[in-house]
This record gives sequence, structure tokens and C-alpha cells, in this order.
Amino acid sequence: MFSSIKYASDLIYRGISYVGALAALLGETVCSLFVPPLNSNRILTQMLRVGPGSFFIASIVAFFIGMIMALQMAYQMVELSAEIYIPNVVSVSLTRELAPVLTSLIVAGRVGAGITAELGSMVVTEQVEALRAFAVNPVRYLVVPRFLALVIMLPILTIFADLIGIMGGFVICVYKLFINPSLYFTMVSKAVDLSDITTGLIKTICFGAIIALVGCHQGLNVKAGAEGVGKATTMSVVISFILIIIADCLFTTLFYFVLRV
Amino acid sequence: MIFINNLSKKIDNNIVLNNLNLRVKPGETKVIIGRSGVGKSVLLKHIVGIIKPDAGTIEINGENITLMTEKEINKVRMQIGLVFQGGALFDSMSVEENVAFVLNEFMSLDRKVVRQKVADSLAMVGLKDIEKMMPSQLSGGMKKRVSLARVLCMEPQIILYDEPTTGVDPITADAINNLIVELHDKLKVTSIVVTHDMSSAYKVADSIAMLYHGRVIAEGTPSEIKMTNHPVVKQFITGDAHGPITENENLVFGHVR
Repeated sequence: MFSSIKYASDLIYRGISYVGALAALLGETVCSLFVPPLNSNRILTQMLRVGPGSFFIASIVAFFIGMIMALQMAYQMVELSAEIYIPNVVSVSLTRELAPVLTSLIVAGRVGAGITAELGSMVVTEQVEALRAFAVNPVRYLVVPRFLALVIMLPILTIFADLIGIMGGFVICVYKLFINPSLYFTMVSKAVDLSDITTGLIKTICFGAIIALVGCHQGLNVKAGAEGVGKATTMSVVISFILIIIADCLFTTLFYFVLRV
Repeated sequence: MIFINNLSKKIDNNIVLNNLNLRVKPGETKVIIGRSGVGKSVLLKHIVGIIKPDAGTIEINGENITLMTEKEINKVRMQIGLVFQGGALFDSMSVEENVAFVLNEFMSLDRKVVRQKVADSLAMVGLKDIEKMMPSQLSGGMKKRVSLARVLCMEPQIILYDEPTTGVDPITADAINNLIVELHDKLKVTSIVVTHDMSSAYKVADSIAMLYHGRVIAEGTPSEIKMTNHPVVKQFITGDAHGPITENENLVFGHVR
């Protein structure tokens, strides 16, 4: 009993310390943003890695999620003769929840892990120490471009995921449930408010920051060799997933109960 | 002038540096010898401000860097070049980008000027026509020399070498030693060379200091160190497996059980 309480308290303490370390890294990153000059080439390189690099996999997942949503809804709605409302459910759930969260999880697995592995290898081979020895701040040089790239590109990827997911629903609704194509788009446009899209996109800015900060923090704190890089990369994905889901829950509560949007 | 006073550092409950004192005169090449893991590289990282000491001071040209903020210490770092043991070349950049790193980061020079400076720095370390190669395509010795060229490109007053001849063939090691001597003679830079390669130490040093249990236990010119009667230094420079160093550490070499 005592040991399980100790274990739980240790876990809570470590969790709070970790979030504190991320907050410190966020503070340093944001402060660095306001110190010119920012190297646009480095930011652009990272944006290309995040955006076009993740577009294909994010699109495929969004398309199939749109199809799956439509099929699952059809299972119940056809019973009620309410299949006409399937476009509403698909489009709103995609824009508010599924596209932002799933795209972020894909990017966390693909880009966040890559960031940790890259920075971890740089730590192990003393490249990060070399940066400091050459009077270059590693946060400014390594974290800021990755942070900006994720915060900018994740909402853009999510917009594409929204559209492609709605097209996935279109395929099922039109070719399986025989809903008129123009009626599908009319229902979607009636159902989706601007607030549905913006709340989804606001979330992805936060998720992008989480992926960048966790990826960079894990990478810059790698302790021991190749094994350490491997462990840090795994932890980076696990922690990003957990924090994204927790942040999503907080945002949904905020938007639904407090801001009423 | 580099003046290190009572420097102490504990890492993971191990006392790495213990009231270490060392003085390096301007233009001098000081070689620090000692067993692996004795804290030689940690000392270099203290001098460049990457690691903060638990106690003690480091004065570089009269300025105490241990009390400086990161911004202040960056100005001092621009005068110091650290050649890392493994080269620490940025593996996402070509050799040219690596060597020109400081020029590209801090100086807005014309591309032609940068290219010329890179070519000159590479020529100084005996390399040419490798500008477009990536670090992964270089041998260990070439990496070390490119790393030195990167440091030379910033024209430092002080160069710190972390085991410059470790892991390279004897011919390359001798070429690196010659280079260190040449830089000392031509550019009059102050150098600290960390090594456990005694032939390298004798060749490049103006003076040699031996680090043991976190402090300097003996210091002198190469000939003084060669003639020393200090049992620990004697065991180290002769490379004997039996002696006070191994006895103190409860190590028994040469016995197969």
C-alpha cells in the first residue's frame, strides 16, 4: 500500500517536473522568436519536412476516416431513415475533432520522433556542445525552426485533412447511400460553422507546439548513446500522444462549456 | 593568459575535478595528460563555458568567465576554438558549410570571400577539394582535420584540442602534431592539448601537466616530465600496467583467471 502511494506520488512529481521543463523550453523558445534575425532558410527546411512530408499519410488517414465515419453513421441512421444527416455528422466531427487530433498524432509519430532522433544523435556526437562552443544557442538554432514549422504547418495539414475527410464521407454517401452529390455539399455547408473549423485549427497550433517541445526536449536530454536515442524517441511519441489527448480534452471542455463555441 | 583557480566539479556523485589549479601563458602550448575518464575533456568544456563549475574560477585574459552570463560568455567563446575528440562536425552540412559555420552565422561576408577562407583553412590542415563532401564520407583523421579547419576559420586566440591524435593512424597523428606546432609557431595561438598519447605530448608541448584524481599532480617541460621520479607520472608515461595508479584503483592487469 505504502509503496503504491510512493510510486503514484513519484509519478505525479515526475509529471509535474516534466511539464515544468517543457514550459521552461517554451519560454526560452518564445523569447528567442523576438530576437532578430531569424534564419528563414532553416525554418523553411523544417516546414518542408513537416508539411509536404506528412501530407500523403495524413491525407490517406483522413480520407479513410471520413469513409469509416459515414459507414458507421449509416449503420444507425438508415434504421431511422435519417441518412440525409450523415454529411452533417461526418463534417462536424471531422473539423472539430477527428482531423485535428488524428493529423496531430500522425505528425507526432512521424515528425516528433524524427526530431528526437536527430537532436539525440547530435547530442551523442557532441554537435550540440559544438554549437554552444561556437557561441550559438542550441534552442535558437535547433528548437525555434522546428517549433515554428510545426505550429504553422500542422493547421495547414489539418485544413487539407478536413477537406479530404469530407471527400471520404462523400464517396460513401454518394456511391453507397445514393445521396445526391450537390445535396451532400449543401448539408455539409449548412452543418459546418466557421467556429467548427477555427476551434479545430486553434487546437492544432497547441498540438504542434506540444510535438515540437516534447521532441526537442527529449532529443536535447538524451543521456547514453544509441540506446538512449532509441529510448528517447519512443518516449517522445508516447508523451506527445498523451499530452495531445489531455490538451484535446481541455480544449473541448473550454470550447464547449466555457466559450460555448 | 588562462588562469584556473581551485576548480571543482562533481558529476553524478563522482568528483571529477578537485581544487584544480592551472596556468597557461599567452602563446604557450600546454599539454594535459592523464588516464581516460580523469576529467581532461571536462576541463576543456569548463574553459569554453559549456560546463559550469561547482566551485573555483577560470580567468581568460583577465575576465572571470565563471561569473558571466551566457551572452557575455559568447563574446569570450569567439576567441576560443575547441577541436572536439570526434570532430563534432554537423552531419547535415557539407564540409564547406561546416568550415564556414562561424562566418555564415556571425559575419555577413561575400560568398567568394567565404569560399576563399574555407579553402585557405582546409589547405592549412592539408586538405583540398573536399568542400562538397559530407562528414559521413570522411575518415576519422579527415574529420579531425576538418574540425580544426572549422576552428581556424574563426581565427581564435586560443585553441583547445581534445585528444587530437586518438583513433588516427600514426602518419596522420604525426601530421596533426606538426600542424599544432606550426599553428603555435606561425599564428602564436595559445593552445591546450588534452591527450594520453605521450609521443604527441612530447612533440607539441611547451609544458606538460598531469591530471590525477581531479587535480594537477605534476607539471613541467617535456624533458622534466620525462626525467620525473613521481611514481604516478612515471607509471603513466612509461605505460606500465603495474604501479600506483592501478594499485589505487584496485586494477590487476595481465592476469587471466
